[in-house]
Amino acid sequence: MYSQGLIGTNTETEESEEFLAAFQARIDREEKIEANDPMPEAYRKTLIRQIGQHAHSEIVGMLPEGNWITRAPTLRRKLALLAKVQDEGGHGLYLYSAAETLGISREQMTEELLTGKAKYSSIFNYPTPSWADMGAIGWLVDGAAIMNQVPLCRCSFGPYARAMVRICKEESFHQRQGYELMSVLAKGAPEQKQMAQDALNRWWWPSLMMFGPYDSDSSHSDQNMEWKIKRFSNDELRQKFVDATVPQAELIGLTMPDPDLKWNPDRNKGQGGYDIGEIDWSEFWRVVKGGGPMNRDRIAARTKAWEDGAWVREAALAHADKRRARRAAAQEAAE
Amino acid sequence: MKPAAALADALITLGDDHLILGHRLSQWCGHAPMLEEDLSMPNMALDMLGQARNLYTYAGGLENKGRNEDDLAYLRTDREYKNCLLVERPNGDFAHTMLRQLYFAAFMHPFWQAATTSADDKIQGFAEKAVKEIAYHIRHAGEWVIRLGDGTEESAQRMGEAVIALHGYTDELFSTTDTMQICIEANLLPDPERLRDQWDQTIEQVFAEAFLTIPEIPFPQEGGRDGRHTEDFGHLLSELQYMQRTYPGMTW
Ligand SMILES: [Fe+2]
Ligand SMILES: [Fe+2]
Repeated sequence: MYSQGLIGTNTETEESEEFLAAFQARIDREEKIEANDPMPEAYRKTLIRQIGQHAHSEIVGMLPEGNWITRAPTLRRKLALLAKVQDEGGHGLYLYSAAETLGISREQMTEELLTGKAKYSSIFNYPTPSWADMGAIGWLVDGAAIMNQVPLCRCSFGPYARAMVRICKEESFHQRQGYELMSVLAKGAPEQKQMAQDALNRWWWPSLMMFGPYDSDSSHSDQNMEWKIKRFSNDELRQKFVDATVPQAELIGLTMPDPDLKWNPDRNKGQGGYDIGEIDWSEFWRVVKGGGPMNRDRIAARTKAWEDGAWVREAALAHADKRRARRAAAQEAAE
Repeated sequence: MKPAAALADALITLGDDHLILGHRLSQWCGHAPMLEEDLSMPNMALDMLGQARNLYTYAGGLENKGRNEDDLAYLRTDREYKNCLLVERPNGDFAHTMLRQLYFAAFMHPFWQAATTSADDKIQGFAEKAVKEIAYHIRHAGEWVIRLGDGTEESAQRMGEAVIALHGYTDELFSTTDTMQICIEANLLPDPERLRDQWDQTIEQVFAEAFLTIPEIPFPQEGGRDGRHTEDFGHLLSELQYMQRTYPGMTW
């Protein structure tokens, strides 16, 4: 997902000045870069890393919501949740394909995920103990993802931009569905309202962290801005998300877990916006570095699925080989 | 028994088959052997659950006791669920899951085909939609049974074990309840016994390509149609019903 993916990217290049200038000129003309076009190695690496991390986030992101499919309270909700989690798998699939155009295989990316070399969005390292988390994730996590991803629809790399157009449509459906789920709880029995408020309390701050560190603390996004991989800064996107989401919470009678949250008429060039309290970046870094409540469980679940499925994948390959061999033999016999 | 009440009861039984199999398939979501299967298995689960909703909703209206789809899906006791035992069998490995799907789909495909000429318009409508969906299940699960049966040594062994484990549950697909009998006589639902040839044909075809043999089953397992379930079923229900039982009477 997401800007978090750009933490620590090495964007140094060794290409000639002319080459880099010509590449930059294409970007400045808003031309789309395609997979087979010449591109600086650092541009390629940054994209492989970002698209790979985005794909991994979709796949790992299936787990926290997948946790409730078998316990969804109604058939309508069960179908909607199952379809939503399936959509996320579909996003993972297009994104892996987009990354593959840059010369890395899905297998390789999967290995990087399982060994911890590649990251995924930290938000998925939080647990989903309650049904209301299905609302909170759709509303806040998909909501924050949209803020990050809408500008990516104009990303300079064509395959990523095109994948994003398709994905954004589904993400905004997920966001509305999550908000609707939350609003039903908020209007429901006291236990339901409490469940909804508790989920909001747990997911609000982590969803703000999805935009990555404050601009004043993040060192690597200038080059990505110039290459139009990233178009808005972390703080700009976070502010948009806050301004869109706070009134939605008010509308359904839920309270943001931030005593410092207040309207500031001077924000957004005098149009007004919300000031928020200090984000606890120590928590963010703890989760990024593997110390979140579910980091180990998520990777363990992905590893188990991968290892348990190995014999199936091997069998599929073996069968395809046998078929090919039989076809070839039949052809030979016919000639 | 009035025909409407008999039909309601028979449709609930059919709905139970679909709900429980859909639930089982959905347990794979996020844990499949490959990403493509993380899309295909939910697809099949969505088909199953969608059909369950249609069946329950229609049955609820017919029986006229004020039960909606969720009351039927979530608020009965184990003995009141009449699904066949096959669909409640645990997922096991991927070979078991695909074979269970093939067995069920190979039965439901001719069932829905025959139901397109039901004397009941609603059932005709369900059947027309379902017959297309279930054809995909036969194809998808059948291809996997072939790939695994004719894949590696390990996959062939696992596929063979799945056949031994599950084949004994297939006979129950062809059994009927009293209310089904009433519906069969009124030409509302097809007679399962008449679908056996088509089922045999599908399975024989797939097994031939998969190098699998159909085992002799001296003691077929049944009981689900009578509400007598396996031990795993109670655990399935405790998960399925958790929210409805913990927070009764709420809107979600
Ligand atoms: Fe997604
Ligand atoms: Fe989403």
